[in-house]
Formats: sequence, structure tokens, C-alpha cells
Amino acid sequence: MSTPDIHDTISNKTDTDTIDHSQGNADTKKQKSSGWIVFFSFMIGLIGSLIIGWILFPQLLYSKKYQPIDFNHAIHLDQVSDGCNSCHSFRADGSFTGIPDLSACTDCHSAVMGSNPEEEKFVTQYVEPNKEVEWLSYFQQPDCVFFSHAAHVTGAQMACETCHGNIGHSEHSKVYQQNRISGYSRDIWGYSISRLGKPGANEGMPMKMNDCAKCHLEQTGSKGACFQCHK
Amino acid sequence: MKIDRRKFLACLGALAGGGTVGTMLSPLPWKVMDDIAIWTQNWPWTPVPKGGQSYYVQSVCSLCSGGCGISVRKVSNRAVKIEGLTDHPINKGGLCPLGLSGLQYLYGPSRVKSPLKRTGNRGEGKWQPVSWDEALLEVTKQLVTLRSQGKPNTVAWISGSEKGTVSSLIDRFLKVYGSSNHLRAATAQDALEQAAYLMQGNQGAVMPDVENADYILSFGAGLLDGWGAPCRMFNLYGDSINSKTIIQFEPRLSDTGAKSSQWVPINPGTEGALALGMAHIIVRELLYNIDFINNNAFGFDDWTDDSGEIRQGFKAMILDKFQPDKVSQITGIPVGRIFEISRGFAKAKKPLALCGRGQGQVPGSIDETLAIYCLNALMGNINQSGGTGATSEPDYIQWPEVSVDGIASQDVQQGKIDGAGSEKFPFSHNLLHRLPEIINSAAGEKPVQALLVSDANPLYTLPDAKAVKKAFDNIPFIVSFSSYMDETAVYADYILPDHTYLERYQDIPTSTMASTVIGLSKPVIKPLYDTRHIGDVIIALAKGMGESAQSAFPWKNYESLLEETFGANWDELKKKGYMTIERQAPETASYTFSTPSGKLEFYPTARKGTEGKEIASLPFFTAVPIEGDMQQFPLVMIPYDSIRIANHNIANSPFMTKIVDDTVLKKTYAFIEINPLTAKSLRLSEGDEARLSTPKGQAAVKVHLYEGIMPGVIALPKGLGHTAYSEEWGLAGKGVNANDLIGPINDPASGLDMAWGIRAKLSRV
Repeated sequence: MSTPDIHDTISNKTDTDTIDHSQGNADTKKQKSSGWIVFFSFMIGLIGSLIIGWILFPQLLYSKKYQPIDFNHAIHLDQVSDGCNSCHSFRADGSFTGIPDLSACTDCHSAVMGSNPEEEKFVTQYVEPNKEVEWLSYFQQPDCVFFSHAAHVTGAQMACETCHGNIGHSEHSKVYQQNRISGYSRDIWGYSISRLGKPGANEGMPMKMNDCAKCHLEQTGSKGACFQCHK
Repeated sequence: MKIDRRKFLACLGALAGGGTVGTMLSPLPWKVMDDIAIWTQNWPWTPVPKGGQSYYVQSVCSLCSGGCGISVRKVSNRAVKIEGLTDHPINKGGLCPLGLSGLQYLYGPSRVKSPLKRTGNRGEGKWQPVSWDEALLEVTKQLVTLRSQGKPNTVAWISGSEKGTVSSLIDRFLKVYGSSNHLRAATAQDALEQAAYLMQGNQGAVMPDVENADYILSFGAGLLDGWGAPCRMFNLYGDSINSKTIIQFEPRLSDTGAKSSQWVPINPGTEGALALGMAHIIVRELLYNIDFINNNAFGFDDWTDDSGEIRQGFKAMILDKFQPDKVSQITGIPVGRIFEISRGFAKAKKPLALCGRGQGQVPGSIDETLAIYCLNALMGNINQSGGTGATSEPDYIQWPEVSVDGIASQDVQQGKIDGAGSEKFPFSHNLLHRLPEIINSAAGEKPVQALLVSDANPLYTLPDAKAVKKAFDNIPFIVSFSSYMDETAVYADYILPDHTYLERYQDIPTSTMASTVIGLSKPVIKPLYDTRHIGDVIIALAKGMGESAQSAFPWKNYESLLEETFGANWDELKKKGYMTIERQAPETASYTFSTPSGKLEFYPTARKGTEGKEIASLPFFTAVPIEGDMQQFPLVMIPYDSIRIANHNIANSPFMTKIVDDTVLKKTYAFIEINPLTAKSLRLSEGDEARLSTPKGQAAVKVHLYEGIMPGVIALPKGLGHTAYSEEWGLAGKGVNANDLIGPINDPASGLDMAWGIRAKLSRV
């Protein structure tokens, strides 16, 4: 005990350790309290950015626009004999008419027929001055994309609702949520910002390139060659 | 709890760290990256037509007088492309660069969008848009005032074409108004018609049957540079070049020369001598159509006239005066070559001689035209397949006779102000180039008090621009119907803009040898601006001229006029887009001439000189003098036409200007072509700037060394040097207007402009 030997050193060490520990304990206590603040800041950052990214960002990213006329698909679907095709049809040369021109509406709406103020607005501001309605197209693709409705509807016998959702039964025009950066409708990315989950009732399928590729892969066995859509 | 700096920084770091982790685990950065990628591909400056149905509308192009059929592709309401119409008889699917760029005229920035009234000085460019009612009222008022003062003949109308209902409407309007001054610039077609009339006695457009000819002599005609109906000529070279021989005589190697079987350089202005020299060889070697000459020609051999005097015939004259050696000296073509080509021409199955320098816009000397026509006459190809001849005028415009009142009938005695049809120039119909001189030299009251201009741009296209401008300064009232703000419109007092050719109905008659083809120009789109069809405007103006005028214009509007004019044919014309009126098929050995002798006259008996003195009536060659003193202006300058540069009333489109070579136009400089030897003697190198002077004016140009032009001769492209058309059009201020530097030279026999060039000087700067 009196002569320092290796054990002593060890015990010294231990002592030191002990001393250190006791010191450490005191320090850790301090560190633990300051560490908590740092951790807390980290969590604030984490949770805050998650909230911003998942909730605020989608709200801010899209601006809300409204169709010039609040169109009621349901009433019109009742009136026509051929479903979607009655107004969204194929021309003789195989091209698709897309959103119909004024001429498709004026057969019936040459004068105000009902009591709906939207219809009155339509007749006075568009039919009478023979001005085309500037409809906002939810499914507009960029110029670099070539899409043939004939190949999918006539060829692959796909139903309109498969890609476009159940618009035909809607009573109001959906709000046009325009992406402030790219300028396209929210329908292209899909309403789910994470692109997870199934689309809602009044929403169509998302239409990013990957979405088309996925369906092509399932249906045709291949995602498709570049030049099929990018001429 | 004490937060020292270290902890504070640690917290910040943690906050940032947490934020980063959270952001990465959120959609934000990934979605933003994707959106930015999409955004980079949005190019709003790239014009993309609005989507819609794509379809074709057929019509006829009238940017030049060719009358080619066009097919315009539209997407929804927007015209996006013009193509040639495949089964149109004139162009068979082809289209020239001017026709292809037609949409730039339609949608371009130089459009006059409503009637305009000038405020400020002429040429200042200050306009006030007015309503059609006001504009029509003002113009009517001016015209009525002149009429009430007994001066209806001081009104002149310059228009572009002699054919079609619009031209006939102008004729009719002026007739009931009391003026005979429907003026048009004469072209090579005028000289040709006159030559044909003098020799054949038939009045009508001369339409060479190039498709069926097998040996064609082109005396400077720019067959591939825009002569005739351009697309017809393209097809000629394309389809049949291997089965035809085309000899191009021209002082410079043009595109036509380059593509022909042979290019034969010739001293400029000596084409008439060459024609007579070739005639000499053909006659001497008895290679001409002996049957035809013996049975159907007059004046070939010597004959005795009414007074018993023996007159020299064509044969004796050319054998005497146009020996090949002499002609070789005049023209600069080796004698052997002249012999070779003459024999080749005469021995061909269907030989044909053509004239009309470049695009044929300058008439040329009547003697030269006659000499070349004689070559055709010698071969007996008049009114034959593969030949030439005056075709009968289409007479589908049959309107009721006009009855004129007292004021209007007075003017008939006065005659046309430009002297066409007068005793001095009885066979010429159009002498517009004489008008500036007539106005400028008039003492006292100015002879033209009001000028209306449609389908023409005289301030740009008439030679001797200084004189033209001075004359215009002396016309108190100018109205333009131009759809574009061109040089004449800029100088007008009122602009009543017509629809462009793509926005209106109009009949466009053109002729081939075998038939008249009446194309129907249709509105391809609804009028873009507040413009009105000139036909409707004339009808409206007429209604303000008094009772006799009103009864002469019974139509409600121009479209109903067309419907009535074509009657039973209207529906077919509308549907098919054109109508063919077949002429009687030419038969060999059946020649009908309406000359006094009933034969083809080598000595045109109709041609008498002034004061009863008979001028040498046989076609002869006298060197056409060009302006300028040889000492002061040692070079000879010739203008040249290019298919890439529109040089008539329409200014070059931006598309076309883009395809003009850098050796023709670069930035704001036009290039003159000069032989390297001549350039060397002037110490000029390729691309040097130089000062070009002629007796008429000066300009800064650049120099292009070209071995395809004769030493001592320089060439300047026509169609540049515009001052009007909006800045975005990209043409104003580029190059120099050849008409600024060249003046007209009046043919003493016909009064037509026969200037083929002018003397010039080129000096270093």
C-alpha cells in the first residue's frame, strides 16, 4: 500500500477515473442540460421543416384558379346520348377534339335556357359575342409530349375515367390548381404531394412520364421507346 | 441555464441540421427540382399555334402574276403553312419562296390595320386611324369636287394587273367618272403583245408553250429567276431538262444560265442583233419553215407597195445587214457558236425563242422583241404546240354596258395621260413610266390632281426615283389601297387598306398556250383587321358618284359580283378552286392571222411613223443607248432579278431575305457583281466598300468578285433598298434600290421603257 506498484497505478487510474467520473458526472449533468437544448433545436428544425415540406409547401406551391364558367358535367351527361364522346369526340381524321369549341355548345345554348347565373354569363359573355371560352386544361402536357387519344381510347379501348377520373358526374368545375413554378395543373403530379396513395374520386390518374411508363409496362410489357411520345 | 456562444452556435447548427433532415424527408426539394426542370422547358417565345382541328384550305396565290394554286394548312383559326396545290394546272404542286412565305405578309407587322388619314407631312409617318365611313366620305368628296369642276380626267388610278374583275371594276369606275387614266406599269409582256399584234394582228397575251418546245432560246429571260409563273418554270427544268435544250444568252451567269444546257455570254443590250444574225444564218442556209413562209408570210420577200415602189423584204434586209461576222462583233459571241446554235435551233422539232430580261419587268425595245419574234415566225411555230403566239383574251367578264353622262364623255377625247394609245404610240397600252416626266414638265396646273394606287408601289418600282418623288410631290391628293405600309402608302393622304390575298375572294386569270386558267383566290381566314375588299370599296365609291355611276354598279358587294359574273360556273369555281377555258387546240398547217394582209407580217403594215412618215418598219437592230458619258462612267451596270428577292409591288419577306446569300446582301450593304479583272483595275477586293455612281444617283455598296460577269459590266440586284415596311420586317435600309440609280429610256416607236442598264462608276472609299 505504501510502495507504488502497478496496482497502485491502476488504482490511481481508477481513482483518477473515479475522480474523473465524479468530475464527468458533474460535467455530464451540465452537458446533459445543454445537450437537451441542442437536441430540442434539432427537433424544432426537424419538425418545422417537416411541417413546411409536407403541409405548407403544397398549399403555397399551387395557386387557385377558376374556370371562366362553372360547368356542370352531371346535367349535361344526362342530356346527351353518347356519354363523354358526345362533346369530347374524335374527328374524321382521328384527331381528338379535347375541350369542345363554342360551336359544340351553341346548338342548345344559343339563348339562355335555364335559371343558372353561370349559363347566363356564358350566353351573354361568350355565345353572343361569339367568343371562345378560355377553359383551363387540367391535363395539359408540355409541348414536347405527343399523346394520341386514338391509340388509347379507340385502340386500347380504355375508359375515359381511367385517366381522367369521374369528372362526368361532377356538378361543379374543379378548382384549377396551377403550379406556380412549372405552370401546369396539379393533376399532372397528382394531388398527393408524395405521390403515394390512390387518387380521389374527382381526380384523374397522375400523368408524369413515369405514370405513363408504369401503365405501359403493365399493359404492353415495356415502358415504351423515347420517340413514341417525344417525336 | 446559461447559454453561452458555443451552445448557441450548437443550437443553430442543430436547428439547421434538423431542418435539413426534415426538408430532405419532405417532398419540397424533390418536387421543386422537378418543377424547375419542367419550367426550363417552357419557352413562351416559341410560337405554337393554339390546338384545334388541322385542315387545308385551297386558294390561289396572287403575290405575283403567276397565279399558282396553293394549299394552306390551318390549325383551328390560324394558317400555319402554305404549300403548292398538287393538281393545279399552273404549278402542279410547286411553289416559289415568295408564295411559301405568304403568311408573313398576312400576320406580319407591316399591315395597315384600319383606314388611315395622314396627319403631319407626307412621308413623316404620322397617321390617324379613321372609320371606313369617314374615309370613304372624304375620298368621295375629293373625287366629286374634281368632277364638278369639270376635271375628271385629272384623276389617275395606278393598279397592278390588267386582268380580272378588280381591274375591270377600276376600268368601269373611271369610265363613269370620266377619266381614261387606268395606268399600269408595262412589262415585257406588253412589248411581246405589241410585237405579236404587229406581226399576227391578234391582240392577246403571248404565252409561249415551253412545256412542249424542245429547243429553247432564252434571250436573257430569267426562267429560273422568276420569269413567267415561277413554278411552271421550275417544273420545266425539273421534269424535262434532259429532253430539252435550253440556251441562255445573258451577260452574267445567272441561276438560269447555270442550269441551262448552255450559257452564252453576250454583250448587254445586243440581243436584238443576235436574233437577226441567227435569222440571217437560218435564211441563208434555207433552214426556215419554207412552207409556212411561202404560204403564210408577208414581207419576207421583197414586194411592191401600192404606189408601185419595190420594198425590201426581211430576207434581203438581214442577208444584207446582219452577217454573222458583224453580229459576232456586236454581241461578242464567237461566230462558230452563233452558227452552231442557229442550226441547232432551226433543225429542232419544236424550236422556241423567248425574251424578257430577268423576270421580264422592263418591256425592252420593240425592235428587239420583234426580231426575236421573227425567229419564231421563221420556224412557223406561231400558234403551234411548242411555239408561241398571241392567245385570245379571256372574255368571261360580261357586264352590262355602261352609259356615261356628259361630264364623263368629255374626257374620252383627251386620251390616256401617259400617252398610251395615242397617235404617237398607238399600239402601247401602258406607259406609266412616262408619267413622272409628264407631271414634272407640265406648266401651270398639275395634270394629275388625284391619284389612287392599288396593287402597286410606284414610288419604289418606277425607274428614276428622284423624278417619281418629285412628280408625287405635285399630286395634291393620293389614296393608297395597300394592305402593307409600303413606300407609296407612306406617301399617301389616305390609306383604305385592302384585305390581303389570303383574306379575300378574287378571280386570278392566267394563261397557258392551250387554255385560260381562272384561279379563284379564296379567304383562307377571316380578315384580321379592319380592312375592306377593294371591290367593295369601289362599289361604295361609285355609289357616291351620282346616278349614272350607281346604275353602272348594281351589285350589292364584290362577292355577289363574282357570283353574277361567273353565273353557272360559280359553284364549280368555288369548289374546284379554278376553271379552265380551253382554247381551240392549235393545229399544224392552220394559221389564222388578223393582219391587213391576212398573213404573218415580217413587215408590220400597221406600223406607221408619226406625221404619216413610214419609219423603217422591218424589225431592225439599233443599239439601245444607255444613259451616261463613257468618260465619267466607264462601267456598264445592269440590274438583275433573283427568285429570292421580290422586286415588284411586294417587298421581300423576312424568310426570303434570310436565304439571300452574303455575297448579295450583307447587313445593310448590297453587293454589286464585278469581274475580278475589272475589280483589280479599280483596286477593289472582295467585300470592299465602294461608291457606286450613275447619272441618276449614288449609293454605298460592297463588291463581290464574280467570274460569271463580263469585264466592264457590273450587276446590281433588284428589290433591295426599301425605305418602308416596319423595322421588324428587317428590310428597310438594306441595300440600294436599283430604280434609284437607273432611269427609263423611251423606245421611240412604242414609248415603252427599253432601258437595260445604265453607265456607272465605281470608286473606292
